[in-house]
Amino acid sequence: MKTNTQFMNIRPRWFGKGKLVLIAGAMLLGCSDYTQKVTNFNQLVLAEEFDTNGPPNPAIWGYDIGRGQNGWGNNELQFYTDRSKNVTVKDGNLVITAEKESFNGAEYTSARLITKGKFQQAYGRFEARMRLPWGQGMWPAFWMLGSDIDTNPWPGAGEIDIMEFRGQNPTTVLGTVHGPGYSGGQSIGKSYSLKNGRFDTEFHIFGVEWGPKYINFYVDNVLYNQITPANLPGEWVFDKPFFLLLNLAVGGSFVGSPNNETVFPQTLLVDYVRIYK
Amino acid sequence: MKNMRTNKVVFTILTGFIIISISSCERKLSDEVKLANYPNNPAVYIDGFSGGLQYLPFGGSKLDAFTVDTQNRYAGSSAMRFDVPNVNDPTGAYAGAIFPDFGGRDLSGYDALTFWAKATQSATINEIGFGNSFGENKFLTTLNNMRINTTWTKYTIPLPDPSRLTFEKGMFWYAEGPENGNGYTFWIDELKFEKLGTVAQPRPSILNGEEKVETSFIGANPTLTGLTQTFNLPTGQNQTVTAAPAYFTFNSSNPGVARVNDQGVVIVLGTGNAKITAELNGVKAKGSLTIQSLGQFILPPRPARLPANVISIFSDAYTNVPVDFYNGFFAPFQTTLGGADINVNGDRIIQYTNLNFVATEFKNPTVNVSQMTHLHVDFQIRETLKPNAFITIQLGDFGANAAFGGGDDTSGQFKITTPNLSSNQWISRDIPLSSFTGLTGRNNMAQIFFISSDASSGNQSTVSTLWVDNMYFYKN
Repeated sequence: MKTNTQFMNIRPRWFGKGKLVLIAGAMLLGCSDYTQKVTNFNQLVLAEEFDTNGPPNPAIWGYDIGRGQNGWGNNELQFYTDRSKNVTVKDGNLVITAEKESFNGAEYTSARLITKGKFQQAYGRFEARMRLPWGQGMWPAFWMLGSDIDTNPWPGAGEIDIMEFRGQNPTTVLGTVHGPGYSGGQSIGKSYSLKNGRFDTEFHIFGVEWGPKYINFYVDNVLYNQITPANLPGEWVFDKPFFLLLNLAVGGSFVGSPNNETVFPQTLLVDYVRIYK
Repeated sequence: MKNMRTNKVVFTILTGFIIISISSCERKLSDEVKLANYPNNPAVYIDGFSGGLQYLPFGGSKLDAFTVDTQNRYAGSSAMRFDVPNVNDPTGAYAGAIFPDFGGRDLSGYDALTFWAKATQSATINEIGFGNSFGENKFLTTLNNMRINTTWTKYTIPLPDPSRLTFEKGMFWYAEGPENGNGYTFWIDELKFEKLGTVAQPRPSILNGEEKVETSFIGANPTLTGLTQTFNLPTGQNQTVTAAPAYFTFNSSNPGVARVNDQGVVIVLGTGNAKITAELNGVKAKGSLTIQSLGQFILPPRPARLPANVISIFSDAYTNVPVDFYNGFFAPFQTTLGGADINVNGDRIIQYTNLNFVATEFKNPTVNVSQMTHLHVDFQIRETLKPNAFITIQLGDFGANAAFGGGDDTSGQFKITTPNLSSNQWISRDIPLSSFTGLTGRNNMAQIFFISSDASSGNQSTVSTLWVDNMYFYKN
């Protein structure tokens, strides 16, 4: 599934016509939308294919451990660990597993991977191919935070949520930005729904193309939103490096708690994370 | 062959096979490779009956409950209207019908039966589904207790395993009775099979997902119940339907002890343990039945007394009086579990486990045994006999007020100790009622106790597992 041919097949369709994009000497899938501001990022910077079983590559991935403040600011219910039970690479996928178990005062365990201090980048194309969990209370996310967050607290540092999902809404994902004056309930974003498919039964590609003064959100080959400074009620804070996060939260104000029909364990499978500039 | 069209399809498919096989082998096609292709028309009722569809109401139902309604409809020019009768409606006690297409259809390309529905009031439709054609109903699929209200709402009944539905005749069926005695009307529109692509996460169950253990015997035929398939719908809702046994593949861990036929009936063949599990379309079903077969079951001697001389509490040889329970689970001191759990080809046996004391009650109404002279009981101790083992049988009469308490209750005990006990064989006792010292009332008998723990045993149980059968009062 990770051949160049495959990659070409899933290439977003809005690569500009006439702007010949040559990847691995392959072909052109052309189509255009001249109204969109588009830059092409075709130089692979990071290709995390998750092909080596065991813990994820420590040169790229670190961990957030524990429960954070107030459930990582969202009243989330899980305790994040770096145990292989909660995070491992197996059979070509990163596997993040949410378990229902009493652990250090929490009812659930799961994992949150973070590239802070290991990988950061301003602009580019950031995408992951993932199969999501399902059921009330499951909240997986593939997202980014401004690298200056330690000195410029949230939401000032900015947040780009490439993909968020509610397990009780298995056909819909959301892409969102948070910043000063537009965070939490006032964040700016859009949802995207599949008409004849779901995000928990097959792999889909979630990504952004992010350049100066725009962020494009896409799922598979569909561009479903573009955010520019004109869309924001506050300052545009997306002209600096961001780092990546990949996590599976359980419960919290965004998604609500699991109920007695939620099946555990639940897994977030990540086939790859690829970053271009 | 049903018609020319079918022939044509078969011909095309055969041609395909021939072309494929030319390059690979020389063998000729036998008749067995002929694939029966049935129409895959998804429509059941859109604005009228789809081709081949028929209406056949159930016997005893309101035969004209179904009509075509051109006024109330969700879309198009008409909807199906169902008038559920009031209680005691002379035209029928309930509404219910099947809508078959006896030509058969191939539904394997779909994953759900969907429709829009509304009603004149909030109600719960007892059964609604497909797979009923008044025939084998091999793939009967039922959504039980479907909530309906007064606004048009879309409903989804998932197909438990579409790959099995290549020749299905039962397109739709329903059965619904009055709500709190009152009839009402509901409508169904845009009834069709669909390939939604969003019906996912199958989780089949047998025995409603429980892990059950059952004592059984050679010749017993317990039926697997609680067969369901659950899917997660795009709304996030989990939808569970009752699925016929033929959807499942059953497995026995020990086929020499027990097997399962395709109707979901377990056949106990030998002595030992066998765990029955199942799969549906490759997904392991939650729940199992472990059969603990004790081998040949030896029933107690069949009672031979004339029914006219007997008042029976628990016996398959007589008509029993109404019994409230065989185990009252009296809190907080009673430990005894079990009740009338063993069924040997229709002959029921009471099995108590963890016995310390237990009561069978028959107080609605109480029973007048004043004309009777004896109590008969058959029991069997299912364990090695302890040296201090005893069984005390206690009779309780509720007195003139025919209710527990009130100062008029009387009771008496009869204790049987080790010289007269044995293990793993039936003990039949005929005890004169006069032997139950203290039992002065006979007109309002209501309780039979079995007790294996008292002060003499330090309130420790002396018999744990006990079978009981043929409890009856009689006169000579």
